[in-house]
Amino acid sequence: MSPLLSFFTSIDPKAKPGIPVKVQLSEIDRSLKVPTLLFLIFAVIWLQIGSFFAIVSSIKMHNPEFLANWEWLTFGRARSAHLNAMAFGWANQAIFAVAIWIMARLCKTAVRHGGLLVIAGIFWNIGVAVGVIGILTGGLTSVEWLEMPPQVAPILAFSYVLIAVWGIIAFRFRQLGHVYVSQWYILGALFWFPWLYVVAQIMILWEPARGTVQAITNWWFAHNVLGLWFTPVGLAAIYYFLPKVLGRPIHSYYLSVLGFWSLALFYNWAGIHHLIGGPIPVWLISAGIVASVMMVIPVIVTAINHHMTAVGNARAVWASPTLRFIVFGAMSYTLVSLLGSAMALRDVNVVTHFTQFTVGHAHHGVYAFFTMVMFGSIYFMMPRMLNREWPSAGLIKVHFWCAAIGIGIMLVGLHVGGWIQGEQMIALDAEGNPKYTFLEIVKNLVPWLFSRSVSGMLLSIGHIAFLVHFFWMLAGPKISQYKDGPTLLARLNKEEGA
Amino acid sequence: MKNLPLLFLGIFFALAFSWMGLILSSEIQIGGLKPTTEFVVNPDTEEQIAGLYFTDENGRPVEGVPAVGEATFPQAIPGDAQQGRLIYIDQGCLYCHSQQVRRKGYGADFERGWGNRQTVARDYVLQPRVLLGTSRTGPDLMAVGDRLPSSEWHYLHLYNPQFTSEGSIMPPYRYLFETREIGDAPSPDALKIPSNFPSEQPPEGYEIVPTERARQLVAYLQSLRLNYELPESRFAE
Repeated sequence: MSPLLSFFTSIDPKAKPGIPVKVQLSEIDRSLKVPTLLFLIFAVIWLQIGSFFAIVSSIKMHNPEFLANWEWLTFGRARSAHLNAMAFGWANQAIFAVAIWIMARLCKTAVRHGGLLVIAGIFWNIGVAVGVIGILTGGLTSVEWLEMPPQVAPILAFSYVLIAVWGIIAFRFRQLGHVYVSQWYILGALFWFPWLYVVAQIMILWEPARGTVQAITNWWFAHNVLGLWFTPVGLAAIYYFLPKVLGRPIHSYYLSVLGFWSLALFYNWAGIHHLIGGPIPVWLISAGIVASVMMVIPVIVTAINHHMTAVGNARAVWASPTLRFIVFGAMSYTLVSLLGSAMALRDVNVVTHFTQFTVGHAHHGVYAFFTMVMFGSIYFMMPRMLNREWPSAGLIKVHFWCAAIGIGIMLVGLHVGGWIQGEQMIALDAEGNPKYTFLEIVKNLVPWLFSRSVSGMLLSIGHIAFLVHFFWMLAGPKISQYKDGPTLLARLNKEEGA
Repeated sequence: MKNLPLLFLGIFFALAFSWMGLILSSEIQIGGLKPTTEFVVNPDTEEQIAGLYFTDENGRPVEGVPAVGEATFPQAIPGDAQQGRLIYIDQGCLYCHSQQVRRKGYGADFERGWGNRQTVARDYVLQPRVLLGTSRTGPDLMAVGDRLPSSEWHYLHLYNPQFTSEGSIMPPYRYLFETREIGDAPSPDALKIPSNFPSEQPPEGYEIVPTERARQLVAYLQSLRLNYELPESRFAE
């Protein structure tokens, strides 16, 4: 610390005297170690389970006889088990770990009574397990993003309250007046998700609304899970780790304010674009389209902020495991959101709606953006909590390349295949009859669906590398082991190699 | 940002705004829709008016109950079809088949024969769970009961979609059928497996018959019909 800075710190009433920041942070990390590790361990296990169901359902789409005689693995159930294992098992628990950890660090406050978090975490996993088994054994609700039997919801809601309250308590006990952009996003997410979940559960499953109000509620919820739960936490993580690892401030404070409020305002109206052409009042659809297009504002603003922060540091980004994943995620966020806005336009939507294009879009958002950012965050958090480094740069590279190439193949396959499928679906010949029969369209789609299975295999290899590496690190020696510094994926300076 | 009450209020109102705008207002606008007669004629103005009316002692239309003897639409589906809907739900058919028809000129739903008119909110008011779907990996099913009324076709299609639609990627639902020994006489429901699928034929002396669940599911599929008009959605030309 420079003499000048230490002087100002010493006369700042809010700064605790005598405790260096690093010690303070490692105290916080230690207080969160047990619950965060618990969430991450289960998250990584659910990631594998989700991958298994993903591959099964993907193969079933081009090879319908695959495991066809087992009712519990029929396509509708396997794909729902995949979605829920990933959304509630992997993504939510990654969010709990990453969001609460970032929140505690930014608030500079250790977590009190972490034991309750552990109990809530165990109940959460019991809830997800019962839910996924429920889906496979006939409790599937066929409500998109809410497939688990409704009886599971109270368990999940109870655990959620116990977990999220910790983020809010940390915020309550924060030090220093300024609230960083990541904290706004996490606070917002922690408030938004339970509201969405409870309203959707009640209005669709417990006391169903009448008619297509259900569908409107369904898409308000399903799209907002991405927009007001996954996205804010993903952005919070990018806003936290990008400046942190690079050691430079975020590009523009003003832009981050604009980005946050425009996201909060527009995203939650955008879900209705899933019902364009559907049996609901037209003004609702128009509102959904307007909001989807307005999403360009937060996306561009956030993109400028992220990319201008990273620009000029390509070497550091490439060398750091955290940044390699996170910058991949940030670039995907920009791309997927702009594509999403385009997909809401009626002329584009008439082609892409009902096709694999939408499925590709969903994976673009949840995997290429959100999951990659979570991977990057975990690569940063684990060494701080365990006081030891990742044992193998090679395994991180395997993980990164399998994920990056795998998701790349899937995105190309589903977007191109889905577009062709959509164009053929609406193509009419000179007499006004459909140009292609339905079966022709399906046959043309099969090679693209096959490419998705290939990408699924690659992604799963990456996940297995991650699993092995994760548990290798957990089981590693207890003593601090800093070797020659952090595990990097490339040399930082050219001179170093010489 | 230091103004925390503002932050909290902003976070709260952002979602409250969309919840009221999208959910509450659509509940107010379309949540109370009821089945209706196709239309009635207002004796005062001779206009066709939409909605559910009957006449009071002065012969003026009153909202609430249909005129005596008049059928209202959409109509409730029979009990076995309602059971079939539950099977449709727990098998996850929704993830490949939508149940909504877009207006003529937007997409090619009309040209593909998936329905003669656009579906509107009122078409769904009697469904305890609305199964609009957002995927057409398989064809739309809103009017499949009009298109394919034969239960034999549905049984064959469910048992192995290749029998009826070669090249389909729909999974077979063989577990909704049972292979049993032929009793005194062959069952009238026994599947007639096409002869070009020798490996799918039951062994000599056995027959493949639909289980109760298959019957209910097919009853549901046959109940999906769009053979009525609503005041707000007429058949397209």
